[in-house]
Amino acid sequence: MSHSRRNAWPYLFLTPAMVLFTLFLAVPIGYTVYLAMRRTRVSGLGLGKGARREVFVGLDNFAAALGDAELWHGWLRVLGYGALVLTVMLGLALLFALLLDSARVRLARFSRIAIFLPYAVPGVAATLLWGFLYLPSLSPLRDVLDVDLLGASTVTYSMANVAVWGGTGFNMLALYTTLRAIPRDLYEAARLDGASELQIALRVKIPILTPAIILTTVFSIIATIQVFTEPTTLRPLTNTISSTWSPLMKVYRDAFVTGDLYSAAATSIVIAAISLVLSLGFLRVVRDRAFEEG
Amino acid sequence: MRAHRLGAALAVALTAALAACGSGEPAPRSTEAAQSPASAAAQGPVKLTYWTWAPNMDKIVAVWNQAHPDIQVTVSKQAGGDDAAAKYLTAAKAGNPPDLVQAEYQHLPSFIAADAVADLKAETAAIQGEFSEGLWRLVTLGTEGVYGVPQDSGPMMLFYRKDLFDKYGIEVPKTWQEYADAARAVRRKDPGVHLGTFSSKDPGAFTGLAQQAGAQWWSISGESWKVNIADEATRKVADYWGGLVKEGAIDDMPYFTPEWNKALNDGKLLTWPSAVWAPGVLSTNAPKAKGKWAAAPLPQWNAGESFSGFWGGSSTAVSAKTPSKAAAARFATWLNTDPAALELLVKEAAIYPAATKAQSALGEAPEYFADQPDFWQQAAAVSAGARGFTFGPNVGVTYNAFKDAFDKAVQNKSSFSAAVQAMQDATVADMRKSGFQIAQ
Repeated sequence: MSHSRRNAWPYLFLTPAMVLFTLFLAVPIGYTVYLAMRRTRVSGLGLGKGARREVFVGLDNFAAALGDAELWHGWLRVLGYGALVLTVMLGLALLFALLLDSARVRLARFSRIAIFLPYAVPGVAATLLWGFLYLPSLSPLRDVLDVDLLGASTVTYSMANVAVWGGTGFNMLALYTTLRAIPRDLYEAARLDGASELQIALRVKIPILTPAIILTTVFSIIATIQVFTEPTTLRPLTNTISSTWSPLMKVYRDAFVTGDLYSAAATSIVIAAISLVLSLGFLRVVRDRAFEEG
Repeated sequence: MRAHRLGAALAVALTAALAACGSGEPAPRSTEAAQSPASAAAQGPVKLTYWTWAPNMDKIVAVWNQAHPDIQVTVSKQAGGDDAAAKYLTAAKAGNPPDLVQAEYQHLPSFIAADAVADLKAETAAIQGEFSEGLWRLVTLGTEGVYGVPQDSGPMMLFYRKDLFDKYGIEVPKTWQEYADAARAVRRKDPGVHLGTFSSKDPGAFTGLAQQAGAQWWSISGESWKVNIADEATRKVADYWGGLVKEGAIDDMPYFTPEWNKALNDGKLLTWPSAVWAPGVLSTNAPKAKGKWAAAPLPQWNAGESFSGFWGGSSTAVSAKTPSKAAAARFATWLNTDPAALELLVKEAAIYPAATKAQSALGEAPEYFADQPDFWQQAAAVSAGARGFTFGPNVGVTYNAFKDAFDKAVQNKSSFSAAVQAMQDATVADMRKSGFQIAQ
């Protein structure tokens, strides 16, 4: 008896977590799946009591979401945007982390904070701020640059710029922290072998950083797929961003603009599945590199 | 971009779940108190919540609360526009809407279709005569039910920079043809200035202009809807503006953006075809131009006519879920027909009242239009010739299609009437999907 009681204790301690998990993860997901398989049917004019009822439609909403050309266009736009953000942002983050880690940089503490600071600015505020810089008649940039920064061919770059501006600091810090954890005598040894700072960076630091780079990449992939704030905030300022520019915007539009919660639920499940496939797929491809110590 | 964002699926699900848990302003559930007013004193007053975005509404409601200790109304200030409608529909679906809601006319059919507003036919029988037939139709959709009490209306007028018209030697255009000529004349005289702009972000403005031209986007015949968004009148309006944009005679910047504000403030835009509530917007967004604007009737399609359309305007609707329908209807009636309340609405909330007798009683012009003492008489004259139409049950879809299609048309300088067709197609497709009966 005392045996079984001892075994019950861990469950007791787990209960709060399980309750929270059920309330805020399992139930909402379950409800989303439930909604995704339903649809409103109205009869006649659809006005007044009883003219509208909810019916079960099975996988119809999923079929509609998968067959929606606009959603796939959204994926393509996000893919282009993501390729841009991922390479520039992570490239810069790596570069800054390496620079800050090298002993020669002065004002390292200040630079670190300065690079990280944009991350502390909320996405909406950051986008509005950049939006003002992009607007043709208000922008001081327009005196220097003779391009419409919100034009059809440039708007993706303008949005990517906001994301890079906001995200580089976070990723830089993740990489930098890993770099600081590397024992200094490794570099000592490399220097004794005649390696230059550049060679140390390329041959010693980057290989050790690989797991951290992979981690930040996965985070960034997930965040990119969920891009919503930047295009939504910039949309009122230009006519080059549609209400379905990114997949998540389409979910928002369906749920709250056109009042179709059911399609929104189905589409959001499709998006979650694709996010999962993309991030797990990426992890699988790089698994050997990521966990080579193990 | 933020790495720690919640999953996409969760965002939607959580919103629904949180809405179900309560949106911060739960409607009271004092059923007994509402059903037997006699026992109200014993059980405390009926408590009503009211979602509105009109400024200073709390001050007006305070007057009601003072005089009616048995029915206490709490104002919950909302952001206006399409978001407010979406929020109300979500709350209604989640089962805890406010007792009263300010409902824009174009959103009312969506509310009715979602069974989110109560039929007030019995409660409002006595006040129907206080409103013009056109406005009353907007709260009945021409059906037997009455789904709200008209509060304000937005007949459209042409607002123009009087001083700059004089400077460039332009007459106030009486027809749209004259407006187009004036637009070209302005461009010739000063390439840095436009007569106006076409906004691809404001379906409400376009709707009003289409109404002026005689459009009837929706109508009810028997048990089915007729959807006629791409009718001749609407395509005429669309092509007219499309032509001007393509030619560069007018600008294509959207309304209500920082750029637009700047252009208004700097005198780079000389006109704004807007509604009677424009003085409020102009005084906030273009403070530098105070006293320089004037109002005139909208240009006409045929000389000698005097038609207008509506941009905006709203009603006070009662939630279908409220346990205190009678009390809520009493408040809605007081708010929109009582002389003292109407005076407060005009003075404090700066609205153009829907009640006919209140319109003619409007005295002093808005401060921004201090130089135009007959502003309200002008508005009343315009209002008399304004024609609206029944809105459909999925205006959200139509308006969203407007924004996407006209954004593209402006950007590609492509056909505006094709964009109108896109609105028609999106609207019909959505209605079909839900099973509405549609007449050909």
